Amino acid sequence: MKYIDEYRKKDLILSVSEKLKSISTKAIVLMEVCGGHTMAIHRFGLLSLLPPTIRLISGPGCPVCVSSQLFIDTAMAYSKVPGVIVTTYGDLIRVPGSTTSLEKERASGGDIRIIYSVLESLGIAKKNPDKSVIFLGIGFETTAPATAAAILQAKRENITNFFVLSAHKVMPPVMEALVKEGVIIDGFIAPGHVSAITGTAIYNDLASVFGLGVVVSGFEPVDMMQSVLMLAVQIESGKSKVEVQYQRVVNSEGNKIAQQMLNEVFELRDDRWRGLGLIAKSGLKIRDNLSSFDAEKHFTVEVPESSEPKGCICGQILRGLKTPVDCGLFGKKCTPSEPVGACMVSGEGTCATYFKYRS
Amino acid sequence: MSQKENNILLGHGSGGQMMHDLIENVFIKHFGNTILNEQADSAILPVSSEEIAFTSDSFVIDPLFFPGGNIGKLAVCGTVNDLAVSGAEPLYISVSFIIEEGFPMSDLEIIVESLASEAKNAGVLVVTGDTKVVNKGKCDKLFINTSGIGLIRKKDRYISKAFNIKTGDFIIINGTIGDHGMAVMNARESFNFKSAVESDCASLNKLIREVIDKSTIKFMRDPTRGGVATVLNELAGKIQLGIEIDESALPLDKSVEAMCELLGFDPLHIANEGKVLFVAGEQDGFKILEVLKNNELGKKSAIIGRVVSDHPGKVVLKNQTGGRRIVDSLAGDQLPRIC
Repeated sequence: MKYIDEYRKKDLILSVSEKLKSISTKAIVLMEVCGGHTMAIHRFGLLSLLPPTIRLISGPGCPVCVSSQLFIDTAMAYSKVPGVIVTTYGDLIRVPGSTTSLEKERASGGDIRIIYSVLESLGIAKKNPDKSVIFLGIGFETTAPATAAAILQAKRENITNFFVLSAHKVMPPVMEALVKEGVIIDGFIAPGHVSAITGTAIYNDLASVFGLGVVVSGFEPVDMMQSVLMLAVQIESGKSKVEVQYQRVVNSEGNKIAQQMLNEVFELRDDRWRGLGLIAKSGLKIRDNLSSFDAEKHFTVEVPESSEPKGCICGQILRGLKTPVDCGLFGKKCTPSEPVGACMVSGEGTCATYFKYRS
Repeated sequence: MSQKENNILLGHGSGGQMMHDLIENVFIKHFGNTILNEQADSAILPVSSEEIAFTSDSFVIDPLFFPGGNIGKLAVCGTVNDLAVSGAEPLYISVSFIIEEGFPMSDLEIIVESLASEAKNAGVLVVTGDTKVVNKGKCDKLFINTSGIGLIRKKDRYISKAFNIKTGDFIIINGTIGDHGMAVMNARESFNFKSAVESDCASLNKLIREVIDKSTIKFMRDPTRGGVATVLNELAGKIQLGIEIDESALPLDKSVEAMCELLGFDPLHIANEGKVLFVAGEQDGFKILEVLKNNELGKKSAIIGRVVSDHPGKVVLKNQTGGRRIVDSLAGDQLPRIC
């Protein structure tokens, strides 16, 4: 397939691997922030192609995995409100809340619909004028612009029964939080699709203040290997900077229109991350002038205090401190069909990836 | 009674004159044969075999019409294939309809026509059936339940038992994987993909008969729901040997590959309705491949993997870049990824 096969060529991957082995002298730890990267690394067996000096750890970049239990519990509470249709991306449906999941709530009669684009929610809202449609907005700068576009379209078309429960988050604060917390990281492999929207300046502080290299990477095996090589070169030469490997998609400016929509609809707020706690200015809240689309402003639901499931170490896995095999539940009590922690649910969660590619 | 303009009414399932008319004007008209025409409470079947194969299936597909087929054709293919992969020769099927009140008669007739045409194509007779009409909202448009009976020769009894499978045996499939699942999903969901992908829905009994007659196979199964991954995992578990699949050998339609990439699906988990997996020794494997490739339903056949002594009970996929991963059975519904 075009734009895929070229970046999966074995010879090319092996030649980057050889180059990497020839230049790498320092023992370094790189964090691949995005779940898509974690999956690519394991899917294509890239760990076996790295020199022993380079260790990759997985980061908190899987939107489903970092959505707080409170968010899931709130979504489920909404699904029980008479006259409410909950729309969601598919990944979220099996995530365990404190007592149940959206999938189980749907089986007991909740009107919960899987959609592939947030704009489908507008269609559902138009078709069901007597109902309220609540879209569960999750994801980073990647999916948030689409939510923003839907809200702006709803405003233009005067659709008054469409609401968003926003758990959208932004990437840089959590990366900084990990570094400040003392997680040992020598460089970041940053998600290419985030920078396709934001551009690359969002990582400048990581390089200038914390002295860490950041390479914005694509998702195919050649992309990943090249990104590791670029970071290794930076670290070996002692020059940390923000570089773009994914040049076929990302430029330093990003997508101005998407940025403007994000800014028009959302403002930053402190937000809860599953397993990581509250991180300052890491979440996206719907601005007050658009609060008529904010589910939190319109629906009052009682959501009991929740705690992380016992024995689950998702928090430490999301920090890159532990790997799924360190978890007592992994593969036993916690599997893709019966997940305990959110990292096992999404196909791009670290635990699900380890489970799938264990061999 | 005009069949083209009416909708199905509760009366069509009442057992009275309306139902009689429906049976005469739609079902008998298309399915008619000497056994069915007797219209007795049971079909009386002449069989001359020590053992028969007997299967049952239900079809609840949404949408009823999809590129490459409809629920009627699918009902025949699904039933016939279940018999054929057991080594049996499919002969008779039953067809029962559960229809939602208000269902367009014209759609019913299209479905019945293609069911009849596929039955003819597969060489099976529809010998009995039933019709129920339920109130609006009590079922989703139309469901079909079938049973199938086939004769099985003594010499073919071994096929469903997966005996004698050894390290080095070939895993073979008769063409591209995931076509049915992705065609239906594309028709059902609102992706707006302009994809030419069609369901592979086909009756495989004649193809399978030819393979059985010309070679020795050790095992076969149709990878329907749960896809190739699920069948191979069940097999690996049963024989307690490993199975290794070569990703570059997997026949995959370009559109299916692209849709799977976009949605984050694994084609090994997607349903097929016109595919059969064979296990055979090396020599027979090549023979099977030759037979398959000479048949319309097997043009894109391929040897996709082997039985191995490593990782007993597990299926492992070797990809183009040298990576290896475990291929699990499908855990639940496939969930599209969000970003």
